[in-house]
Amino acid sequence: MSERPRRRTRRSPLRRAALIGAALVVMGGVSAIAAPTVSNASPLPTEVGTGAQIFIKNCASCHGMNGEGVTVNGTAIGPNIQNAGAAAVSFQMSSGRMPMAGQQQQSRRTTNTFSADEIKAVAEYVGALGSGPGLPTASQYDTSGLTADQIAKGGELFRTNCSACHNYAGKGGALSNGNYAPPLTGTGVTNQEIWEAVRTGPQNMPVFSPTQLSDQDVQTMIAYLSDVNSSPDSGGYTLGGIGPVTEGAAAWIIGIGGLVGFALWIASRGARAR
Amino acid sequence: MSSEVEVTRSHPVPDPGIPEHVERWVDVDPAASRRAERQIAACFGAVPLLALGFIVVYFFVPKTWAIQFAGLHAQAQNFWLGLLGGVAILLVGIGAVQWARLIMGDHEISEERHPAGSTAEDREQALDEVHEGITQSDLPRRKLISTTLKIALPSLALPALVTLLDMGPWPGPGMRAATIETTIWAEGVHLVTDVTYRRIKAVDMVVGELVNAAPENIQDLNNDPAAKAAATAKAAIIIVRMDPNTIKIPQSRKDWQVDGILCYSKICTHVGCPISLWEHQTHHLLCPCHQSTFDLGNSGVVVFGPAARSLPQLPITTDSEGYLVARSGFTVPVGPSYFERDSTHDYQNGDN
Repeated sequence: MSERPRRRTRRSPLRRAALIGAALVVMGGVSAIAAPTVSNASPLPTEVGTGAQIFIKNCASCHGMNGEGVTVNGTAIGPNIQNAGAAAVSFQMSSGRMPMAGQQQQSRRTTNTFSADEIKAVAEYVGALGSGPGLPTASQYDTSGLTADQIAKGGELFRTNCSACHNYAGKGGALSNGNYAPPLTGTGVTNQEIWEAVRTGPQNMPVFSPTQLSDQDVQTMIAYLSDVNSSPDSGGYTLGGIGPVTEGAAAWIIGIGGLVGFALWIASRGARAR
Repeated sequence: MSSEVEVTRSHPVPDPGIPEHVERWVDVDPAASRRAERQIAACFGAVPLLALGFIVVYFFVPKTWAIQFAGLHAQAQNFWLGLLGGVAILLVGIGAVQWARLIMGDHEISEERHPAGSTAEDREQALDEVHEGITQSDLPRRKLISTTLKIALPSLALPALVTLLDMGPWPGPGMRAATIETTIWAEGVHLVTDVTYRRIKAVDMVVGELVNAAPENIQDLNNDPAAKAAATAKAAIIIVRMDPNTIKIPQSRKDWQVDGILCYSKICTHVGCPISLWEHQTHHLLCPCHQSTFDLGNSGVVVFGPAARSLPQLPITTDSEGYLVARSGFTVPVGPSYFERDSTHDYQNGDN
């Protein structure tokens, strides 16, 4: 009487969990083998170009079949991108921000799963939908051959126009409501992406058109960023390079904390005979 | 000292006395004592070696060597100089503390303290001497002397006061109107990009664009860096272009903008930080110093933070060639608040 029910209650939850686990493994394995693999570039049975195919498969659910944007019950799911320009598409896709995994406060840099040719195709397709900055040529963001004077001028322009959000050395910084300006260095940001972001103003970033910052200005600013970030920090740890916050925290925790430890040691009684 | 001291006003707590003396381990164990001595001697003995090492590093480690370790990139010479010198000083301290803790005499003492006030006798005697002095000076009878002396001594403060007041221009209403309440903006001054001083054509600006800009006449001050800095501190502006259908433009400011191109002071109205941290989707301008946030789509009203006043807007229009140009100077003083500032003309949320 007392033996059997106790054994049963002890074993049955485990057995049930094991059964569910085994079922999940089997189903998962079957679906992994049987499910159709999704390739970004697999052709659709239509006579449209590669760019349009990739757009329809990866972008149209939010931006509409013609880039006109999608609104559900009065809420914009994706904005109209007909006049976003090829440069904007190239920036968003090559930095992995688009396609977005889901609605989120701020689209973050992730791993890009598209090839350069695929991105170029989509960018040209969207660029043709309306007006907007086109794709830059390599000579527009290539920084080779700039003199030290030009790079210094680029630094002045960067500190005037960009450092408010992106920090003097391009390390990024905080915006309002939990948003942030992303770092421009150390995360795989390419010169082309910086050029495209300047010209198209992704998300909350303002646009800087060629009227106010010429292509040469942008070139020198990019060169300043590379220059600043390729020079070694001879002082040791940079602590994020964001100024007095981390340095103050390190001084308080390590410096004052160490002094407190020493004070406790000096005043302690030490080993006694009993 | 003993614990029998009575509890009085000057001794609110009975004297607990000295705790029982317990000998240190090093006092009873000769081996431990010798060990402690060796430890301290080792600390002191290492110091000359480290000091020599410091000199060797100073002369023989090339400045070009670097140390790469766990994300650290440091100049090797600096690293070793700091490490050897720092550890040397630290060892002197550690040796001294261990010496005091383990070797020096270990007997408890109690510091003697007494009431600080003088005795009643002393106080009475001091007062007697003061009264005798007053009587001998004959001041109570000689009113003329005491009156003239009372005027003479304070009058010596006047020269000091006058020279201190004359250290700079007197900040009266006229001086304020000519300095902190005005900028070099005026009717017809072109808006130009900061640093590169290029005029800005209205049609070239796209929606969502931000321009950090300056008055064209700032270049007249190129030969006077101090005056240029002072003028820039007040005249710096940002120009933004927004979709006119998504922003509020009050009736009184309809002519202050060009098709959604608005121009604002770049100087925060809280404590005067330059701000250009603009989110073009929300139209919010955030000051990085204290997080004051202004809504540039609503005449620059404060939507968050410690700033008390809207961001001053500069009325702009276009010239015959389509370049952006100021209609007038700022209508209110730009920059942080000050005591005498007349804030009745600042834009309030909901004004028309």
